[in-house]
Amino acid sequence: MKENLKIVVLAKQVPDTRNVGKDAMTPEGTVNRSALPAIFNPEDLNALEAALSLKDRVAGATVHVLTMGPQRAADIIRDAMFRGADGGYLLSGREFAGSDTLATSYALSCALKKINPDLIIAGRQAIDGDTAQVGPQVAEKLGLPQVTYAEEITEIKTNTLIVKRRLEHGTEVVECPIPAVITVNASAAECRPRNAKRVMTYKCALAKSEIAADPESAAAKRVAAKPALQIIEWAAAEVDPDPEQLGLQGSPTKVKKIENVVFQAKEAKKLTSADNDIEALMVELIASHTLG
Amino acid sequence: MANFFSDNKDLQFQLKHPLMRKIVELKERGFAEKDLYDHAPQDFEDAMDSYRRVLEITGEVCGDVIAPNAEEVDHEGPRVVNDHVEYASGTVRNLKAIVDAGLGGLTLPRKYDGLNFPLICFVMANEMVARADASFENIWGLQDCAETLNEFASEELKQKYLPLVSAGATCAMDLTEPDAGSDLGAVMLKATWSEEKQTWLLNGVKRFITNGDGDISLVLARTEEGTTDARGLSMLVYDKRDGGVKVRRIENKLGIKGSPTCELVFTNAPAQLVGDRKMGLIKYVMSLMNAARLGIGAQSVGTCEAAYREALKYAHEREQFGKPIIRFAAVSEMLSNMKAKLQGVRALLYETARFVEVYKQYTHISHERSLEAEERQEMKFYNRLADGFTPLVKLFSSEYANQLAYDAIQIHGGSGFMKDYPCERLYRDARIMNIYEGTSQLQVVAAINAVTKGTFMEQIERYAAAEYTETMQPIVAKLKELTAKFTEMVDHVEAGEKEVGGFKDFHARRLVETAGHIIITYLLAREAGECEDYAAPACVFCKLAEGKVNEAYTYTMHSTTEDVALFKGVEAEC
Repeated sequence: MKENLKIVVLAKQVPDTRNVGKDAMTPEGTVNRSALPAIFNPEDLNALEAALSLKDRVAGATVHVLTMGPQRAADIIRDAMFRGADGGYLLSGREFAGSDTLATSYALSCALKKINPDLIIAGRQAIDGDTAQVGPQVAEKLGLPQVTYAEEITEIKTNTLIVKRRLEHGTEVVECPIPAVITVNASAAECRPRNAKRVMTYKCALAKSEIAADPESAAAKRVAAKPALQIIEWAAAEVDPDPEQLGLQGSPTKVKKIENVVFQAKEAKKLTSADNDIEALMVELIASHTLG
Repeated sequence: MANFFSDNKDLQFQLKHPLMRKIVELKERGFAEKDLYDHAPQDFEDAMDSYRRVLEITGEVCGDVIAPNAEEVDHEGPRVVNDHVEYASGTVRNLKAIVDAGLGGLTLPRKYDGLNFPLICFVMANEMVARADASFENIWGLQDCAETLNEFASEELKQKYLPLVSAGATCAMDLTEPDAGSDLGAVMLKATWSEEKQTWLLNGVKRFITNGDGDISLVLARTEEGTTDARGLSMLVYDKRDGGVKVRRIENKLGIKGSPTCELVFTNAPAQLVGDRKMGLIKYVMSLMNAARLGIGAQSVGTCEAAYREALKYAHEREQFGKPIIRFAAVSEMLSNMKAKLQGVRALLYETARFVEVYKQYTHISHERSLEAEERQEMKFYNRLADGFTPLVKLFSSEYANQLAYDAIQIHGGSGFMKDYPCERLYRDARIMNIYEGTSQLQVVAAINAVTKGTFMEQIERYAAAEYTETMQPIVAKLKELTAKFTEMVDHVEAGEKEVGGFKDFHARRLVETAGHIIITYLLAREAGECEDYAAPACVFCKLAEGKVNEAYTYTMHSTTEDVALFKGVEAEC
């Protein structure tokens, strides 16, 4: 494998939709972000682990996280640094607001052209949108090969990687040249925990706008004394984009209507423990590909 | 997605104690390392922030990794393969998570790659780990062996071993032998100096050694040939990589089944001397034991927490006669008592940890420079309190762990007797806690001096002199009444002891427990002044304490010196 392998992990800060309470949705049917804690998108953590495990195996490899979001998205860059990432890039600015997956992948690809990594790893999809489009779109925009549903990078060769993919009925092993984009499945190894010493070292890491918001804070002073603690932050202009393709105007996706799905009791079926009932259920589940 | 720190307000409360400021200043030596290490704190607030963050990580590892593995670890257990221990696969995953999280060497100095955290944080981490899986606490908690090395070993040994512990090496303390359990003076494992190899060589057998195949072992051995008592024993350190120790078997235990309890055979195993010859039992094991007793205190409180939570959860879920069983008075009374005991003994645990902490820090500072007269006095003050409170916390917490685990099963009813719920594991795990590191009976022996020499009474008077809120006044009044009874009991027993030897031993447990009940109630009353959440547990515990003290009072005051002979009568039975 090449020396100084440069890995970038694409990550997103998302509202925690896994434990939703009554107030998780607004009356208008949109996500009530203030009621849900902002977290590191779970599959992006699997992606980070895949990157960190490569870093463990390849001497000189570095791992940086790239995220697009508001100032508070710097939290997930710090979180990644606590878990072993070398640093991160925050892509932040009003121009990016309202991006759908197309505009997001365009903005990310602009930043990636500037970073010029050897390998891009992303989570399969985010728990707020569930589209699984951003990773593949980034690959298309950069003209790179992509491996989706990756479960494990099993082998590192001179200029290729061997990747195990998790498919519906089994696994597939592929060999892929780098540079490439890999999107990682939730069935991949879980991310390692935050490390005590790294937490104490990087808890003061701040992005430019965070420093500007409170330049007199103890953390800001530490960053001033130690520039290595600064998280790189780019506004739109700094990644050289076509403004037409950014944010809301670069987003063709329009939400037409949102409906609350309420499961009715009539959708439920009552089964006895008799053999023929169980048999019928098995047949139905296999037919619908729920099982097997 | 559980976090055993974030979900526990009681732990977070203990971390905010006012004495923390002094403890952090002492531990950080006035923040002398702030420019030397990236991860060293700049000031008190920075240090506290780091403690909280790291305890949150610990809580997350406990909730997300260790607790979910606990049942499987209990069933699978460790095995002996080629004379060595192979942990249960869940234990291996736990260790990896702990190492990845960088939680080794929690209290060790930064120059040995440690985190230089106060003992309080280590005790909290231990408690959380035990709540997740008591058997894993045994393995992880043994890293406090490194504290003994840090205190007594040469610089050369410290440089060799302490960074290994910081990197996640596990430890063992090899004390017990088939004929030397509570009576460690009878240890026979032989250490002989080899001129040829320029090392000590160990030969003999150790038994009941927790994590006996750990990476680093502290071994109590007889270096002085021809001796038969404690004065011939020294402490040595053995590195597993050097070889010479075989695991003959792993005990098949009632509980803490994930923790390998080993029988070890030493055959010319090389080892290095820790500190001075002949001081093994007299000085080093005593220090090791005190730390270990505090460790079992933490393990017991963690078990109490787990038992209370399991019981509370089930009492809400289980419905009988058309309502959740928690709404029956008999069940809610049990749960209220469980909660009061849990929070009471936790208050005692952290009070003790603070005493130990200040005293230990002064000890370390005294190795760096000579202490000022005032500091020396303070060190002595806290040392005395630590010596009295350590056996007290071991006694109460381990007995409570058993009581709470028992009650947790009772609340589960028939289901609790089945292996379907975690409470059965807690019940089995708790059973060792009032046995190992000195039985409850031996904790009483260690604590009785604090009764007769006045340490407990002086501290009770200090608590009594403090200020309490209006709502706590009836409790404080009650405590003064109970304290008067305690004084009467002590006088009665001491007078009896002068007449007939053995009278004090006969009543020792009643006296120690009476002091403990009064102290714990004061601690909860004090906490109620800072946070009203503690008012109810303080009131509940006070009722328990009153009952217990009155029972002990009646028994003791109605006891005459003739009782000594009465109870010795059983010796003639066979």
